[in-house]
Amino acid sequence: MSAGHIIEGALVLADGSVFEGELVGADHPVSSGEVVFNTALSGYQEIITDPSYAGQLITFTYPHIGNYGVNVDDAESRGVFCRGVIIRELARRHSNYRAEQGLNEFLSMHGLAGIAGIDTRRLTRLLREQGAIPGAFGSLSESELHSHAQQEPGTDGVDLVSTVTTSEPYTVGNGERRIVALDFGIKSTILHHLGSLGTVEVLPATTSAAEILARQPDGVFLSNGPGDPAMLDSIAREISQMVGVVPMFGICLGHQLLGKAVGATTIKLPFGHHGGNHPVKDLTTERIEITSQNHNFAVDPDSFDELEHDVVMTHINLNDGVCQGLEVRGAQCFSVQHHPEAGPGPHDSIYLFDRFAALMDARSSAGKAAR
Amino acid sequence: MPRRDDISSILIIGSGPIVIGQACEFDYSGTQACRVLREEGYRVILANSNPATIMTDPDFADATYIEPLTWEVVASIIEREQPDAVLPTLGGQTALNIAMELFERSLIGVPGTPEMIGANAEAIATAEDRQQFKDAMIEIGLDVPRSGVAHTMSEATAVIDDIGLPVIIRPAYILGGRGTGIASTPEEFEQVASKGLAASPISEILIEESIAGWKEYELEVMRDRSDNCVIICSIENVDPMGVHTGDSITVAPQQTLTDIEYQEMRDAALRCIRRVGVETGGSNVQFAVDPATGRQVVIEMNPRVSRSSALASKATGFPIAKMAARLAVGYTLDEIPNDITKATPASFEPVIDYVVTKIPRWAFEKLPGSSGVLGTQMQSVGEAMSIGRTFTESVQKAVRSLEQGRDGLIDTRTMSSLAEHSVEALLELCAIPTPDRLVHVAELLRRGVAPERVHEACRIDLWFLDQIMMLCEEYAYLASRTLEDLDRRSLRRAKRFGFSDRQIADIIGVEEDAVRVARHEAGVLPTYKTVDTCAAEFAADTPYHYSTWEDEDEVRDSDRRKVVILGSGPNRIGQGIEFDYCCVHASFALRDAGFETIMVNCNPETVSTDYDTSDRLYFEPLTREDVLNIIDAERPEKVIVSLGGQTPLKLAGQIDAALVAGTSAASIDAAEDRELWNRLCHELQIPQPPGGTAVTLEDARNICDDVGFPVLVRPSYVLGGRAMQIIHDHDHLERAMAELSGAGSLGKEGGLSAERPVLIDRFLASAVEVDADAIRDHTGEVLIGGVMEHVEEAGVHSGDSACAIPPQTLPEWVVEVIRAYTAAIAERLDVRGLINVQFAVVGTTVYVIEANPRASRTVPFVAKATGVPLAKVATRVMMGATLAELREEGFLDPPIEGHVAVKEAVLPFNRFPEVDPALGPEMRSTGEVMGIDVGFGRAFSKAELAAGSELPTSGMVFLSLNDTDKPAGIVVARRLRERGLSIAATEGTAAHLARFGVSVDRVLGKVAKQDGPTAVDLIADGTINFVVNTPRGSSGRSDGEQIRKAASLHRVSCVTTVAAALAAAQGLAETASEPLTVRTLQEYHQR
Repeated sequence: MSAGHIIEGALVLADGSVFEGELVGADHPVSSGEVVFNTALSGYQEIITDPSYAGQLITFTYPHIGNYGVNVDDAESRGVFCRGVIIRELARRHSNYRAEQGLNEFLSMHGLAGIAGIDTRRLTRLLREQGAIPGAFGSLSESELHSHAQQEPGTDGVDLVSTVTTSEPYTVGNGERRIVALDFGIKSTILHHLGSLGTVEVLPATTSAAEILARQPDGVFLSNGPGDPAMLDSIAREISQMVGVVPMFGICLGHQLLGKAVGATTIKLPFGHHGGNHPVKDLTTERIEITSQNHNFAVDPDSFDELEHDVVMTHINLNDGVCQGLEVRGAQCFSVQHHPEAGPGPHDSIYLFDRFAALMDARSSAGKAAR
Repeated sequence: MPRRDDISSILIIGSGPIVIGQACEFDYSGTQACRVLREEGYRVILANSNPATIMTDPDFADATYIEPLTWEVVASIIEREQPDAVLPTLGGQTALNIAMELFERSLIGVPGTPEMIGANAEAIATAEDRQQFKDAMIEIGLDVPRSGVAHTMSEATAVIDDIGLPVIIRPAYILGGRGTGIASTPEEFEQVASKGLAASPISEILIEESIAGWKEYELEVMRDRSDNCVIICSIENVDPMGVHTGDSITVAPQQTLTDIEYQEMRDAALRCIRRVGVETGGSNVQFAVDPATGRQVVIEMNPRVSRSSALASKATGFPIAKMAARLAVGYTLDEIPNDITKATPASFEPVIDYVVTKIPRWAFEKLPGSSGVLGTQMQSVGEAMSIGRTFTESVQKAVRSLEQGRDGLIDTRTMSSLAEHSVEALLELCAIPTPDRLVHVAELLRRGVAPERVHEACRIDLWFLDQIMMLCEEYAYLASRTLEDLDRRSLRRAKRFGFSDRQIADIIGVEEDAVRVARHEAGVLPTYKTVDTCAAEFAADTPYHYSTWEDEDEVRDSDRRKVVILGSGPNRIGQGIEFDYCCVHASFALRDAGFETIMVNCNPETVSTDYDTSDRLYFEPLTREDVLNIIDAERPEKVIVSLGGQTPLKLAGQIDAALVAGTSAASIDAAEDRELWNRLCHELQIPQPPGGTAVTLEDARNICDDVGFPVLVRPSYVLGGRAMQIIHDHDHLERAMAELSGAGSLGKEGGLSAERPVLIDRFLASAVEVDADAIRDHTGEVLIGGVMEHVEEAGVHSGDSACAIPPQTLPEWVVEVIRAYTAAIAERLDVRGLINVQFAVVGTTVYVIEANPRASRTVPFVAKATGVPLAKVATRVMMGATLAELREEGFLDPPIEGHVAVKEAVLPFNRFPEVDPALGPEMRSTGEVMGIDVGFGRAFSKAELAAGSELPTSGMVFLSLNDTDKPAGIVVARRLRERGLSIAATEGTAAHLARFGVSVDRVLGKVAKQDGPTAVDLIADGTINFVVNTPRGSSGRSDGEQIRKAASLHRVSCVTTVAAALAAAQGLAETASEPLTVRTLQEYHQR
């Protein structure tokens, strides 16, 4: 490693903390966003291409990133929506039979900058204590970076869904069941799983309930996505019109929106859940699932009591008691905060897709019986 | 599901002596289990024959049986204790095998007998029986290598007709892969298959499609009663398939699998543990991955905690054995808090934010004749683990943790030693897995050979090769600079690549201290990070640290009185678990006395590196720089250097003299410095064998001319009789000196100098060797902990010799002289703490051989034999307490008498059939066992049984004795005859016996010289089931050597000294009258 190739840079947080590093990926003088961390040991490509990270700078706590390169199959979306990556050690050479290019090349190609050489553990400890915090990195002076960080709005009160949703409807899969998926930033792996259940029509986030129901779907899927659910009142209103009308399954932001649709409130977590190792208990079966997580907001189960619908918490995070799933009883609607589709992460919760299929089938056979 | 109340007592089976493939990791797991189960309120009964373990301390169980680990003995323990349950999954393969034998006899695991907890018999059989396991894996849709099982050679041939060559052959029910091998040709196949059939206790081998060269992985899985499963750690082997995982360099977590591939492997591991049916606890599942296609196959599964789970526990901070013990008594993972965060449950998967590297340590230099080539059978005797933020940092730390004369992966000494090798020669070397392969790889990359070409030769993944190449580039950068050129940024970068100060100093050609000073001036200081199971996602309390070179240091200040304890590093022959025992005891004693204890060690197998053992744990190499950095960070009151063997002792002179606890560095030197030592003995008028010190061959010749042959030659500052030899003539002397000064492995570690001369003494033939362990306090009071008489005569290394407390043949007054000498030497050396003195008694003359003012290998044995916690007492004494004060405190009671304890060494020869198992002055044993009973013969029998060499009660004994030993042979033969054994002997021995009225059933040629079967044939076919063969001096070893090798290959007990044969005969006589009985240590220790 000849010293000449290194472009020095710094990461500065809104609180003034400075981290020295080296700039990698696309050549931007500054990249700013809300700094979050992810503790997954593998799956960096899936994380970087996950639209839910829109507006954020992702810190990888595992020091070696890029070891196995990137490949077209592991992308979670058509591009990248995060604002930058913060790394301890970016692989100079990758090694895996599936690899098509190196991570550094991939970052450059997608116009995404990164900073390497960072004491990511110090950064993570700081984020753990202070919560997600805006930051900026690049080749600008520390004071310029600091002011960029301070100007960064973060993700509270920002509608990021509109920046990642599809503008045009499209279809995946070709099975018998008809599923509508509302795209708030949907991941490819989710589409892959839904596609194995039936024909999935992916619609823009702002599609109205009437338009959706007009398609007479067997089920409606509410996707994951970035940002603050509090900013998505109109979407929640549309969803509320479908509760009890059609089976619905939500993941992550989709879960928060289902909660909102039935009147529950959402809260911001101090530093969110970002990783692939969180224990979640399914309260109906008592089984523990190791889950993939990526969220800063959550549904508040204390708000379930006074609701018009019979809403119950079905899954709980054993680390901190955060609500990980809910069911609207009698309305064939359920949702989870974690990511059963994995991508990246463990597959323990994959059964939830079958549960969705079963709900759709029960309804259609009931419908057929009624007819 | 909470704690089970339907059981109240649990028998834990330990793993017995340290052998290759089964080391301290099972003391670590067993100790955790004992602790946890007692905390949970169960009565814990423990069976383990290894006295050097922490778990066999009487404080760790309610009933501790230091008894041989055979199913019969364990059955009598069960009979006596009537436990409700047996936990067999924490004592390695030994415990599993015994549990299965007990189950097959319906003594456990069936109604009306103790329940098997952890894993039941069916699960054990499914995992352990190769074919059953394979069928089970195929049944659940997992891919496995194509294979077949054979019980005979003809079955074996049928299998390869089907799957072709190359194949790998593994015997069933074998730990550490003994008897396993790869065959590429029909000839190799013939050889390896027959060996494998012989090694398997059930004559069964698995023959498999060879997947040598594939990537190898391991996952550590845990499961609870509610079927919750988690993966604790993934491990990737740097060495591809073909090298036993215990002999592979491994890293955690896995580095080169995409998440898709990793999750596929995770799913497979979970299905595997569920199908095999391990109900609760930890298992290890091994996989191979074809790097070209990603095809994953399951290799094997261990339905128990293992060496890998110890590594995974240390690598992640998740204590697998502790959790396994809790799960075994009914808890579920979510009911147990994560030990480190306290706030989150154990039902999660640890994530780490650093890289862990493990490198094994081998002992080929002690086993002449062994090939030194690694394969599917484990051969390493220890390992070092290191933690760094990156692989480059981590691997360099691991290399220097090994203490084999390398300061890092790229070091100038190694480079110059490889200078003569051409690139082609190095590429050839790389293709063969050996302990030095990584060094060869680095040298090739440093010379600019393309990584692809290196990969072609060694099959190590290109990602690892690129990482090593980065180190080579950093080396080149440093080599082109002077110290003045290195600014903060470049120093920091070098440190972040894991370069030690000494490594940098050598590269740029300055003294180590100059680099240290420059580094301090530039403000480049180590930071200590925490191992917390969660990559900093949650706050952690546990002060388990490693050094790295980052922005932030996490070590919390403390104003308590702090003591640093330096551990003993990787296990090696001569320095193993005994020293870990002492360090752990020091920590316990000091914690109890109100000190904050800080442990420094890099051996992942040990109890000392359990973060629970001390108040703080630094998982760090034991080098000067690393230790000084910790001292700087912690500012301790004292540093304990004398309990961890040679490793910390070597550091004594390199740290501030005021910090050394107990005996001063100067006194330590006085004992090592031959001149000072001679003067001391002379002043005390204690006889010494005549001798002197030599640096050159000329010196050595002169000494030999003065004292006469035979002489004992030994280097200074080594443990375990490293390179020690008995020399009978000038030619041999010349060879020995050449080896010591450069050519041999010891030469690589520094050669000879005025500071490290070779010691040459007249060898005292047929002397009785005696060891004494004592403690002296600062007032001058001396406590003699134990006087041990060796069974084998002087000339056999004390570590390889059986010994007894109390002495059995020495007159009482001679023992008293020994005690007086010991006390006087301790006084003269101004010892504050432990001292071990070795004597040789010839007739009634007591010669002193050497004194070591430090903990000896026998400290735990003496403690178990006498009930005096020597290491704890010594530690308190080192910190200034007097023996009188400790007596007052009730901490020190007089030794308990009334029984005999025998320590026997356990030797690794069955893994090295090409090595002569005759004992000599160089230590080769890997572990030890203890037999304790009312008389010597019974205790000795137990010790032999525990060491795996059962004394025969029927059948045929073969005697082949050298002339000196023939008289004693008469007695041996008579005793054996009286026990109804038949005797075979060589012509000479038979003739001698006949002269004194002892007839022999068969006279045998040793090797094929005459017609008819030879001793080797009868050993091979099982006719002979005990061998007494004493070698003849320096020559004439060859015939006997073949017999001894045959015995070790066919697992026939073999003693190589007449003293041991006499002891065996006495043992047989005493045990014939009354069968073996068991008794707890607590009962023996009752006052």
